[in-house]
Amino acid sequence: MKGDGPGAHGRSERPPLGSFPVHRRPRKPISNRRIGAASVAALCGLSLLGAGQGGSTPVDRWREIAPILRTGCLECHSGNDPKAGLRLDRRDAAFAGSGNGKFKVIRPGSASTSPLYLRLLSEDPEVRMPKRSAALPAEAIEKVRAWIDEGAKWPAGLVLERERASRDHWAYRKPERPALPQVREESRARNPIDRFVLARLEKEGLEPSPEANRATLLRRVSLDLVGLPPSPEEVAAFEADGSPDAYEKQVDRLLGSPHFGERWARPWLDLARYADTDGYEKDLRRTAWKWRDWVIRALNEDMPFDRFTVEQVAGDMLPDATLDQRIASGFHRNTLHNREGGVDQDEARYLVLVDRVATTGTVWLGTTLACAQCHDHKYDPFTQKEFHQLLAFFETTEYEAIGDASVGEAKYTEPSLEAPTMEEEARRAALRLEIEEARRMLGPGSPPLEAEQAAWEKEPPVDWTVLVPEPVRSEGGATLSVLDDGSVLASGANPDSDAHCVTVRTRLQGITSFRLEMLPDPSLPSKGPGRAYNGNLVLTGFGVRAGEEPLPLSAARADHEQDRFPVAGAIDSDPATGWALLEETGKPHVAVFELASPLEREEGTLVFTLEYRSRYAEHAAGRFRLSATRAKNLRARALVPEGIEAILRIPRGERTLDQAVSIAAFHRSNAPCLDPVRERLRRARKDLEALEASIPRALVMSERPSHERPATLLRVRGSFVNPGERVYAGTPSILHAFPRTEMPNRLGLARWLASAENPLVARVTVNRLWQEIFGRGIVETSEDFGTRGSPPTHPELLDWLAVEFVERGWSVKAILREVVTSATYRQSSAASRERRERDPENRLLARGPRFRLEAEAVRDVALEASGLLDRRIGGPSVFPYQPPGIWRLPYNDDRWVESEGGDRHRRGLYTFWRRSAPYPSMAAYDAGSREACLSRRPRTNTPLQALAVLNDPAFFEAARALAGRMIAEGGEGPEGRATRGFRLCTGRSPEPEEVRILLDLLGDERARAGGKDGADRAAWTIVANALLNLDETLTKE
Amino acid sequence: MSAERERLVEITRRHFFRRSGLGIGSVALASLLDERLFAQAAGGEVLARAPHHPPRARNVIYLFMAGAPSQIDLFDPKPRLAARNGEPCPEEFLKGERFAFIKGVPRLLGSPYAFERRGASGAEISELLPRLAAVADDLAFVRSVRTDEFNHAPAQVFMNTGHGRAGRPSMGAWLTYGLGSEGRDLPGFVVLISGDARPDGGNSCWGCGFLPSVYQGVEFRSAGDPVLFLSDPEGIDRPSRRRALDAIAALNRLRRAETGDPEIDTRIASYEMAYRMQTSVPELMDLSKEPPEVHALYGTSPGKASFANNCLLARRLVERGVRFVQLFHRGWDHHGESKASSITDGLPRLCKETDQGAAALVEDLKRRGLLESTLVVWGGEFGRTPMNEARGGSKFLGRDHHPRAFTVWLAGGGVKPGITIGATDEIGYNAVQDPVHVNDLHATILHLLGLDHARLTFRSQGRDFRLTDVAGEVVGKLLA
Repeated sequence: MKGDGPGAHGRSERPPLGSFPVHRRPRKPISNRRIGAASVAALCGLSLLGAGQGGSTPVDRWREIAPILRTGCLECHSGNDPKAGLRLDRRDAAFAGSGNGKFKVIRPGSASTSPLYLRLLSEDPEVRMPKRSAALPAEAIEKVRAWIDEGAKWPAGLVLERERASRDHWAYRKPERPALPQVREESRARNPIDRFVLARLEKEGLEPSPEANRATLLRRVSLDLVGLPPSPEEVAAFEADGSPDAYEKQVDRLLGSPHFGERWARPWLDLARYADTDGYEKDLRRTAWKWRDWVIRALNEDMPFDRFTVEQVAGDMLPDATLDQRIASGFHRNTLHNREGGVDQDEARYLVLVDRVATTGTVWLGTTLACAQCHDHKYDPFTQKEFHQLLAFFETTEYEAIGDASVGEAKYTEPSLEAPTMEEEARRAALRLEIEEARRMLGPGSPPLEAEQAAWEKEPPVDWTVLVPEPVRSEGGATLSVLDDGSVLASGANPDSDAHCVTVRTRLQGITSFRLEMLPDPSLPSKGPGRAYNGNLVLTGFGVRAGEEPLPLSAARADHEQDRFPVAGAIDSDPATGWALLEETGKPHVAVFELASPLEREEGTLVFTLEYRSRYAEHAAGRFRLSATRAKNLRARALVPEGIEAILRIPRGERTLDQAVSIAAFHRSNAPCLDPVRERLRRARKDLEALEASIPRALVMSERPSHERPATLLRVRGSFVNPGERVYAGTPSILHAFPRTEMPNRLGLARWLASAENPLVARVTVNRLWQEIFGRGIVETSEDFGTRGSPPTHPELLDWLAVEFVERGWSVKAILREVVTSATYRQSSAASRERRERDPENRLLARGPRFRLEAEAVRDVALEASGLLDRRIGGPSVFPYQPPGIWRLPYNDDRWVESEGGDRHRRGLYTFWRRSAPYPSMAAYDAGSREACLSRRPRTNTPLQALAVLNDPAFFEAARALAGRMIAEGGEGPEGRATRGFRLCTGRSPEPEEVRILLDLLGDERARAGGKDGADRAAWTIVANALLNLDETLTKE
Repeated sequence: MSAERERLVEITRRHFFRRSGLGIGSVALASLLDERLFAQAAGGEVLARAPHHPPRARNVIYLFMAGAPSQIDLFDPKPRLAARNGEPCPEEFLKGERFAFIKGVPRLLGSPYAFERRGASGAEISELLPRLAAVADDLAFVRSVRTDEFNHAPAQVFMNTGHGRAGRPSMGAWLTYGLGSEGRDLPGFVVLISGDARPDGGNSCWGCGFLPSVYQGVEFRSAGDPVLFLSDPEGIDRPSRRRALDAIAALNRLRRAETGDPEIDTRIASYEMAYRMQTSVPELMDLSKEPPEVHALYGTSPGKASFANNCLLARRLVERGVRFVQLFHRGWDHHGESKASSITDGLPRLCKETDQGAAALVEDLKRRGLLESTLVVWGGEFGRTPMNEARGGSKFLGRDHHPRAFTVWLAGGGVKPGITIGATDEIGYNAVQDPVHVNDLHATILHLLGLDHARLTFRSQGRDFRLTDVAGEVVGKLLA
């Protein structure tokens, strides 16, 4: 298997350097390439140093050559996966040549035939080395020539360290609080953020924009903080508020809203690749939403980001971890898993761990660690070994990988945890208590029911006549033999489903009831009375005929009934119901069936049919006996099995202790005075069962107990089938030290990530907050703070925010408050063409942000404006309208069943997320598939988006509802209604021209409909549909 | 990276609005757009992204046979394997191998089907594909394709994106990113699905990965709206929709004047394009106007969801300039664990479902002179083993997943017709001559479209990604 992980860098690696000249086709140089400034400087310095020096000794010569190789060559030609298979960091490999030793590039003593030298000279940019940076200074090239001509001496054993400019890269140095810059117009700065922004604008000669009007500003900040537009009433209140801190009051209101967590969960769910299914072929459902709700809660509570981190990476390992902390550890359970039959489960495990490392790198380090899965990172100072050292931290979690797919056993599972809410927990405790109490009342420990028992014992015993079968037959082919006591014992074949047909002759007249005894027998599994492995049976039908005439049965009672398997089920017409005996198998049991009227006839034949046709295989009776009686008004005494009856015949004083206990227990279990308790017990058990089935499980991490340092095998070229050396858990050397006080395990890793010493985590996090607000991070490549990432537009601002973040206790809300109360944020986003051309992408922030809403918000705004939005927070994912046929999966007949009621109108983030078939309107709006960690979504503008909001029935339903609102809330006149709709969608009052356009549309549509019923409403619906499709509605302005 | 946003905006326009100024709605559009955008939208050539070198093909139709057809029973005859039918598979092949389902030492399984040399080229094609045999001289067979993945979903994702884990851009996305679309009123990358289910790899097979979502494949469905949300809601007729769009555009233009945001122009144009698609797509999907001889050729019947219908639609899409059309037909997974999934029952059925449509497509394209500029590719995500799987002792004949060697055929678009390249060993286990890795196949397809696979890159997560990852060589022998 080829190394299939990341590693492409836009170049083929095939041409060996030695087959000079090598390039078959012109290549476009990669733009934006920055050879580290440090290396250029080093080269310049080198040339100065080297100038004019002649007659060097070999040792001196090597001293000159080493830095040239280091800075000019090793970026590509070093490590375990060098370009063109040429390593220039080790003597042997360098002399062996390119193509992993196939082509010599250094011929000692002959520079003029050494490609290493010749390629420094070439004028063809495709041939000349170093490839994509400036040619080496002539002096340096001359030294290379001299070195080779002099025999290319390379001290034995001396290995060159690749000099990485990246080691000095700004992002790996801990941020320090920068001084606030001086600005000329102090009055324009509301807070420190503004000073950094203004200083840059002043330098560029750009004026900031004026503050946005209040309606626009409130809509902007509402969308930013809670993801919902403000109501017209909220806008009006803000517009009317003359207090100096009117805006700050709005900000604080929004920060305190329970919808804050919903809005800010969205980017975190993208990072966590959160979804409701496994991905790939079967793409089965999983219960992941408990973790999603944890995120919402944590954000609402403004949980400090360091704690937020630790709980998600290793919440399960915290001392006395709470249920919530363990749910939090589900962050890394959002990995994909392929459940196809033929999957190598151990490889599946490796891929899961690779994803955990890569995601951890992106989320907390802003680092493309994934590049180091197969080889050392090409640009940033992370080695393949370090990648696997990080992977080792995750190696010790619990999992199970069973790998025999061919017999249907293949599975890869990780732990899940029952995750009840407090209400569910309380209800469960109450039910358990109730069951406990009822059991005590019914159990041997409760006070004996002396008086009742004595009275019961005095009842006359029922006189039963055993009906001896002649013949008895098993429909399914079991062997049935009649024993001496008249009972029937089954043996031999044990069919899945069976019926026993028993014919008896009796002279008994006036029969009122039949008794069916189910008897244990040592020959039966678990002693019976049934033939199931646990001694159970399910009697699904009991019928009796006299000749051809069925005898109606009026009632059935039994001494014991398994929960949900009452004996009444044996005489109803439903073959799915029946009488079963758990947990009381291994003992005799009795059922009595009463005839609707006494059987008045002389001697004759009775035919009984005992059916065992439940969906449980082999659940037929093992030993049973039939009897009949003429007694009327049967009471509890009728249900006494033979063994108990025998004890009853012994006078009280002569019974053994065991016998006395048996009698008391039997009586208690049947005493009519305890019927209400038994009923309570039955109901409580049923409720508990239902409750427990409804309690969702959370996917969590859990650590295998071990005393060893976590370790893993490095995978050569990132391929699972090529295990290499054993490496132990550790963190990359370029970053802050792993704390000595921490154990080298996942919890230690979590604390290391969330450490104030971590140069990246605070910057990366505040940068993402900034990105959400302004549409672009201070570092645009919010997923990559490495040397290939984009440099920060405002480096000092970034550091200031990062330091503030940590010093303010890692409070996300504090930083957001700082950002949205800045003058920078409050600027109008309008700009003239000239101003736009100065800075089309608004990097310098001379105006406010204006960009299209994210997929979820497009939906939320439509629902909120139309009044349909169901604002409930959290819970299982929901199924709003989706066109049919989106789910049609192989080996999975799962269907999208539309939710009912308010769940059809929940916020977008609650929509069920199937990875292999995402919700269409969200996919059209760039929501992604949640298959991999995503730090920023692209933002496109396409016809499919237009079609979705114009025509998706979910959006058109919103248009209808909005029309209703406009009519109901906009007063009688059309102007008022149009204005109301406009304000609901955009937050501001329309200009007269805007109202006119809407009313023209309304008029045309009314004319079209003529005087038809509902024409007015239909015309307003079209106006509403237009309003929901306005650029301004879809945009944060 | 100041180029990024610009690029996003530009590619959005290029993708959907190329030459749109000349289209049906051009008059309306011209009146709606401000001059600057109009100039851009109308000047189609300005927006076109030039290929790296002169292309041999303009469009691709990829017939993806999801589930993986058996090359041994269709294209790669193995008389020695047939002769050794029932013998235990030699140890040398099994050492260190991972199979999806085979356990222990399986037995060799020769093909029960007859092969014949077809046409002037003498290509060997199984009796199961009589229609295809008739166009043999137009096809180029590669018998030595190999892949890295041996389970369906990862292998399908690999075959489509060059990476075994979901989340990278698909081939169609790369091509539309690289070349834009010639289609006036249609997306550049269209997906059509038939067979027993959607492909195992799901939407990831035609996803855009980290590329902007304009490049993801748009599924044209055979039931309901052909493109999601294409029909106007009940109660809205065309004039009414037109008036509403005019009102939206008028209001948007006011906002454009107020804010100066050029993104609003793009939004206006997107809505116009949507409006045109509402006409052009149903017209495209309506096969009823095709003449009877075309229906006879393909075996199509209008309104039916079938592979043949999709083949005919593919031709119509290419005629309208759609860059990449991908058909998925799932059901080729013939393990032999039941009669329906055996090579004696299931395989002939799948061949019957697809043979006529695929052959007709090649023939039809050729008749119309479109085959020269249209590359047709047929193949699955991997091959099938030369051994009987016999899962759980099954008595039905079937083959397990086989990544080491399988057959793909190509036609038109600069591919040399009537050739067979690559060869497998005598039992068909390994590719022993001219092995073609999936990366090589991708490199070749891009090459035929005028793109250098090593230069078609996109920066994401700090690195330049490409369809071919770090490998890929153009298969020179395939080029005409």
